[in-house]
Amino acid sequence: MIEQLAGSWNYIIVVILMMTGLFMVIARANLVKKMIGLSIFQTSVFIFYISLGKMAGGTAPILDGNPDTLYSNPLPHVLILTAIVVGVATTALGLALILRINEAFGSVEEDEIIAAKASQSLARPKRPTSEAAE
Amino acid sequence: MMSLHTAMLVGLLAPLVVAILTPFLAVRHVWRDAAGPIGGVITFIAAVHVALAVLDGETPRLFVAQIAEGLALEFAVTPLGAIFGLVASGLWILAALYSVGYMRGNHEKHQTRFAAFYAVAVHAAMAVAWSGNLLVLFVFYEILTFSTYPLVTHKESALARNAGRLYMSILVGTSVVLLLPAVVWVWLSTGTLDFRPGGYLAGQIDPAMAPILLALFAFGVGKAALMPIHRWLPAAMVAPTPVSALLHAVAVVKAGVFTILTVVVYVFGIDFLAETGAADWLVWLSAFTILASSMVAITKDDIKARLAYSTISQLSYIVLGAAIASSIAVQGATLHIVMHAAGKITLFFCAGAIYVQAHLTKISELDGQGREMPWVFAAFFIGALSIIGIPPLGGSWSKFMLMVGAVDSGYLVILGVLGLSSLLNIYYLLEPVSRGFFRPKVKTVEVTSHPLVVIPPVLTAILSLLLFFYVDFFAALAKLMVIS
Amino acid sequence: MMGAAILTNLPALLVVVPLLLAPFSAVLPIAGLAWVLALVGTGISFLAALMLQSVTENGVRISYHLGNWEPPWGIEFVVDSASSLTLVVMSGLGFLATLAARRLVAIEIADKDSGKFYAAWLLVVGGLFGLVMTADAFNLFVFLEISALASVILIGMGAGTDRRALVAGYHYLVIGAVGATFYVIGVGFIYAITGTLNMGDMASRLPDAAGGAALYVGFGFMVAGMLVKAAIFPVHIWLPAAYGYAPSAVSTLLAAIATKAALYVLARIFFTIFAGTPEIVDIALSNIIVPLAVGGIFVGTIMAIYEADIKKMFAHSSVAQIGYIALGLALATPAGISAGFIHIGNHALIKGGIFMAIGGFVAALGARASLETITGIGRRMPITATAFLICGLSLAGLPLTAGFISKLYLVRAILETDSYVILALVLISSALSVVYLWKVMEVMWMQPAPARSPKLVENPAIYLPLWMVALGNIWFGIDAGWIVGAARLAATALLGGGA
Repeated sequence: MIEQLAGSWNYIIVVILMMTGLFMVIARANLVKKMIGLSIFQTSVFIFYISLGKMAGGTAPILDGNPDTLYSNPLPHVLILTAIVVGVATTALGLALILRINEAFGSVEEDEIIAAKASQSLARPKRPTSEAAE
Repeated sequence: MMSLHTAMLVGLLAPLVVAILTPFLAVRHVWRDAAGPIGGVITFIAAVHVALAVLDGETPRLFVAQIAEGLALEFAVTPLGAIFGLVASGLWILAALYSVGYMRGNHEKHQTRFAAFYAVAVHAAMAVAWSGNLLVLFVFYEILTFSTYPLVTHKESALARNAGRLYMSILVGTSVVLLLPAVVWVWLSTGTLDFRPGGYLAGQIDPAMAPILLALFAFGVGKAALMPIHRWLPAAMVAPTPVSALLHAVAVVKAGVFTILTVVVYVFGIDFLAETGAADWLVWLSAFTILASSMVAITKDDIKARLAYSTISQLSYIVLGAAIASSIAVQGATLHIVMHAAGKITLFFCAGAIYVQAHLTKISELDGQGREMPWVFAAFFIGALSIIGIPPLGGSWSKFMLMVGAVDSGYLVILGVLGLSSLLNIYYLLEPVSRGFFRPKVKTVEVTSHPLVVIPPVLTAILSLLLFFYVDFFAALAKLMVIS
Repeated sequence: MMGAAILTNLPALLVVVPLLLAPFSAVLPIAGLAWVLALVGTGISFLAALMLQSVTENGVRISYHLGNWEPPWGIEFVVDSASSLTLVVMSGLGFLATLAARRLVAIEIADKDSGKFYAAWLLVVGGLFGLVMTADAFNLFVFLEISALASVILIGMGAGTDRRALVAGYHYLVIGAVGATFYVIGVGFIYAITGTLNMGDMASRLPDAAGGAALYVGFGFMVAGMLVKAAIFPVHIWLPAAYGYAPSAVSTLLAAIATKAALYVLARIFFTIFAGTPEIVDIALSNIIVPLAVGGIFVGTIMAIYEADIKKMFAHSSVAQIGYIALGLALATPAGISAGFIHIGNHALIKGGIFMAIGGFVAALGARASLETITGIGRRMPITATAFLICGLSLAGLPLTAGFISKLYLVRAILETDSYVILALVLISSALSVVYLWKVMEVMWMQPAPARSPKLVENPAIYLPLWMVALGNIWFGIDAGWIVGAARLAATALLGGGA
């Protein structure tokens, strides 16, 4: 049992990270902390994919002419490069929005924002949209 | 002679053309006001042409578009539809004349808008009459509701708007929530929505479900004003009287009972209903409506309100005929569409004439006014007699056939209901006349003369009389309905 | 041979044209030019989609290899009659939404941002087209995120008129990202089992692969992720705020086409990727998706009844309508799936029109459209309000409108499966939807406008495209042959097995 767990310790970490991230996204009221949670959540998936592609004892997939060489699967690693890019873009966009929310509401706490928007938003004068979103 | 195809096109499109042209003709009020009666004559000629063909055993058809399998946008004239088409278009001629006199005499605003929507409503009524299947019928039933809304709220007062809201919410609500599912139900269980002689639901749906389907139709057709969904009709009386006369005594309410009759005769089939007893409950409900609304009518002092409750009662005669579902009862119900239309439009014309000429709206104020407006009160008297069902007036035929039908099918209690209702009719419809002629004047009013509001009721009163002697044409059409 | 080259590359064109035009649009200094670019982009896509549809009408299945790399190494685009129908609907409505956007954007978005706005617009459209066509499970994720991130930007731009748009955008971003990540996790599991990312190969290898628990987990994650994107109850919570606070033009675009792509992908997951393992698909559909769809129908409808803000009201109504589509697809019968596809098309027409009209109201009023502000607007803006009325009737499902055809075929499909409880629930919900529509129409048409209210200006740049959509609602209600036939083919293509 222990051996089995030890053999897949990376997957255990994936699950722990995944749960941590998801919990933060759901439970935190602070928008920035939510973003951090989202990043952790996404990172766990990156590790999951990288673990999938890794062969025990495999080496980097560069042909060396020896038919006995064991290679790791490069495809998941490449995929995760794409996913990382998407993750970075998501985080950047999220943080940009948080900046704007902070300007508009004076807070990045969800409960305060919800309390604020009901009372004031309709009366607010039209603001120039230049910094609406980047 | 024009071909049947052309006749149908003309009958359907002439009112629409009038509606479209009205705003353009409004530069000269004479042109605008002539458009209605002229359109009425053209439509009526087309309707006669179509009805004659139907009498010869033809089924005039006009195909527009195929929507999907088993769903077509198509017009096809049944004998029942031919009768309703004749009634709607024929009475439109007089109603259009009358409404010119009424609107001018009353100095109403927005006469152009009024004339345009009036014509749209007639168009929708014609399309309902000649619809080729339940889907088309439903569509124009709705268009009829929508086009009459501006007419009901014509005065734009808070009262009119509230009435309009009630009118729309009941009519649109019942039709969308009950009637439309009923139509879809028929389509799903039979794959067609056509009208076929003898009906086609027998063997297609579970007889145990037939009463439920019939209930969806009976209550979904709010225009039939079956209790408890009758409230919109008295409310709609805030409209100018020409609207009450043509639409809420003829086109709109008759579209309602027409739908029920059509569904009973051409979709369910009277044999199917008679065998399963699926319409039994409807017999009793309509009998209740007949009596209850007569009772309410007695308590109303406002002429139009009394006439409205009388209409509710009379509509239920037709529903009753459909529910008894025997050949003779259905024929009686069909004839009652014609007879009641001629009689009731006379009464409304008179009510409006009294209002325009003397500005009286209450029955208690009519004392002694008969001598001031003898033609109007005479017409009222004849119309009332016809509705009560006294020979030699048209209404006696239909009532007689309904009674025979009730007895034939073993509904002896119904015979009593009809008799009692006639007694009540005598009381509340003849009261205005007797007050007018036999009571001393309580109120002196200045009576201005407007011939355009007096001639139409006199003509329709004569029509009621003629319908007694020349009933054969309609009776022959009605007989065609039940021969499959 | 130019023509032939264009023809063979049609699937790529559909995606590449909008994506390529986007950066140009972003740097254009003139708002009008950026709009022209967007119009050209969506217009070309629409033409391409129509051509694809005519090719696939006979059951032809186009397989396009991006960069000439053979699948499974390269990415494959597949266009069959199912995806081409979805594409036609999306690109057509996308084009019309772009037409109407000019005026709406000019009012709600600052001129100097218009370039960026249309850039994001093109990215959304291009991303969604890619989503529908791609046969590569991971590539799908990329398109998903392209369109999602761009939509967030568009929604956030609503902050110019209402700052709550920012919060709505943020929530959509976070919830959407979690959904997309779920999907990727699922793909990871299926990849681990089958060793391929190509949907067709996945489908053929899954039945033999000893998947075990990994199969269930992978399937569950993929479906859960797409449920979020398709805004199916109970993970629809991002939608009402996102549609409600986005700029009017964006609401139109998203309501008409965004969730449709996700719904289509869901159908592909069920009927293409997991075609070989019908037992888990059947369990998921009948035990999870059908109840969720019905739940969404009711929640959406009831929320709409209690909503006073018009945009949010119809956003809630979208949740209900998505429920109808999902219900049709989840019946998993040819009739059910065609009913789903019919409603994908018709709902796009209905909601596209409704949000365009609301945009027209907002533009003329200079305020949010709520039950209060639109009082008596029927008389003040008759052209726009009449088109709105037509689309509303279509939403209620009155005959001679597109909505009637949808309801009819959905009801028939339900009846075929003998699920009378669901039928009753659908009918009840459909009656309930009349309640909120009645509320709006009553306020618009039957109540007097506030005293001394000026006549509002109606702009042809808004109402002409709006009327095209409204007439479309009538056209497809009278001549339903095309959509019914195409939807039937789509169902056959989806259920035919294989990718």
